[in-house]
Amino acid sequence: MRIFGLNRRIVRALLGSQYAHMLEYRAEIALWALSGVLPFIMLSLWSGSDARSQLGLDGVALDRYFLSAFLVRQFSVVWMVYAFEEDALLGRLSPYLLQPLHPLWRYVASHLGEQLTRLPFAAGIAGVFFLIQPQAFWIPSLGGFLLAWLATWMAFAIAFLLQSLIASLCFWSEKATALERLLFLPFLFFSGLLAPLTAFPPAVQDWVRWTPFPYLIDFPARVLSGDPVNLAAGFGAQLAWVVLLLPLVLLLWRAGVRRYSAMGA
Amino acid sequence: MITVERLSKTYRVADKQPGLAGTLRHFLRRRQRDVSAVRDVSFAIAPGEMVGFLGANGAGKTTTLKMLCGLIYPSSGQVLVAGHQPQRRHPDFLRRITLVMGQKQQLIWDLPPMDSLRVNAAVYGIPDRVASRRIAELSDLLELGEELTRPVRKLSLGQRMKAELLAALLHEPELLFLDEPTLGLDVNAQLRVRQFLAEYNRRTGATVLLTSHYMADITALCPRVLLIHQGQLFHDGPLDRLTSRLAPERHVRLELEEPAPAEAFSGLGRLDSLENCEVNLRVDPASLTRVLAQILERFEVRDLEVNDPPIDQLIGELFRQGSL
Repeated sequence: MRIFGLNRRIVRALLGSQYAHMLEYRAEIALWALSGVLPFIMLSLWSGSDARSQLGLDGVALDRYFLSAFLVRQFSVVWMVYAFEEDALLGRLSPYLLQPLHPLWRYVASHLGEQLTRLPFAAGIAGVFFLIQPQAFWIPSLGGFLLAWLATWMAFAIAFLLQSLIASLCFWSEKATALERLLFLPFLFFSGLLAPLTAFPPAVQDWVRWTPFPYLIDFPARVLSGDPVNLAAGFGAQLAWVVLLLPLVLLLWRAGVRRYSAMGA
Repeated sequence: MITVERLSKTYRVADKQPGLAGTLRHFLRRRQRDVSAVRDVSFAIAPGEMVGFLGANGAGKTTTLKMLCGLIYPSSGQVLVAGHQPQRRHPDFLRRITLVMGQKQQLIWDLPPMDSLRVNAAVYGIPDRVASRRIAELSDLLELGEELTRPVRKLSLGQRMKAELLAALLHEPELLFLDEPTLGLDVNAQLRVRQFLAEYNRRTGATVLLTSHYMADITALCPRVLLIHQGQLFHDGPLDRLTSRLAPERHVRLELEEPAPAEAFSGLGRLDSLENCEVNLRVDPASLTRVLAQILERFEVRDLEVNDPPIDQLIGELFRQGSL
């Protein structure tokens, strides 16, 4: 059975080739993993600040939150807009459109291949963190780990769909990366990468919870670090965003391909 | 296999004048105009035919090719390819066609072609054993060996093109759309690709529609030629009929034993040049036999040649003139 042209054999072949492809860029990916240490910088800032008490997380919990934020970010990072823009502009999209497989699957496979390549580097950085902060060391329970893994995957799915929505605008604007920057700013502040959501005033928190951003880092990071969190509300919101974004992406994609075709492919 | 009726494609393009005033005008009040890339083109291609698609840059041949394979939506007209409307890109249609563009690639740049072939085999649902057999057959025909396990970026242009062809033909398409498949290849590589395409057509009975700037590709492979000029179909038929249409006269070259004055050639056609003993005439094909008999009667002839002007020269001239 095929879902949007995909079956198990294609998944295996795509993942295998994309993992091999990403391994070719392992040095670059190691640098990308290293460049994702923003949560550790924020941790050192918050640790030395009197405002720490307002976060509702004590010393060790704060360490674990930011390490979790780092790990969640490593495995939910999406660069769809950049890859897609390049493919559309260079005409690499045309052969993909002529194969009986939805082109978006290739990008999903590239991301998963990249995540697998990142794994040892992210684990190494986490190891170094524990060497520096041994008191923060913890091993989540199997159930906790699986829930965190699922929440991170859902975060990746939301981020991927959000970027696919913007990437589809490439069919109209050709420079969707500029639009992606508009998304990056609220992501940076409201996702939980710079500070846990509890750092914001309650009114802002209430408002932000209606956006997809806290479910990209804050929620999965709290699940991983073992913070008390409303799992049903978190997963429910993640699922709602996926269900909302998926048809939007497919509709915009179809309209975009029609326009791409109208403009000369 | 392919039916095209009154196919047209119009693009809307923005016009911008140079300079600051032009830039400001372009920013504030963009002027757009419609450009007709393809106009009222009709033709039909039977299964197994190899058809050459000729035309200058911008004549509309790539646009037509892209409409036939479903990459571009037509503005008007009807296209039916293998029983499908191409622009719907139905999976069954996609499994029956392939598009090879000389300037674009589908192989993953940093990996050996074999990795891309495995992905293609999975995407097209070709069982592993069948895929291995086809890869062996096609690589044999294309003279590809260890190149299949070397990263694409390390391959020469010719090797890369052959690997692209292999990837594009792995699912044994019935219809091949080839856009400049020999572009940039050296003479030997061009020849090998040509031989391969002829052999593939013979073995599988696939229909081939080929565009190329190299006349040698067309003359070697395509008994039938479509010439598109300024978006319109100018010729549909055998290549030699195109030649007689573009050049209704034959070239006669004479080498005489003794020089003769220009007046001696009156009534023998149009005198192109006369230099000592060498004479070039253009003669109406209908009176060629009579003219040759008269020449042999009037002059002592050391050598005589009758030629059609080279087709690429004729088409080149046509494109340069920009009108028919």
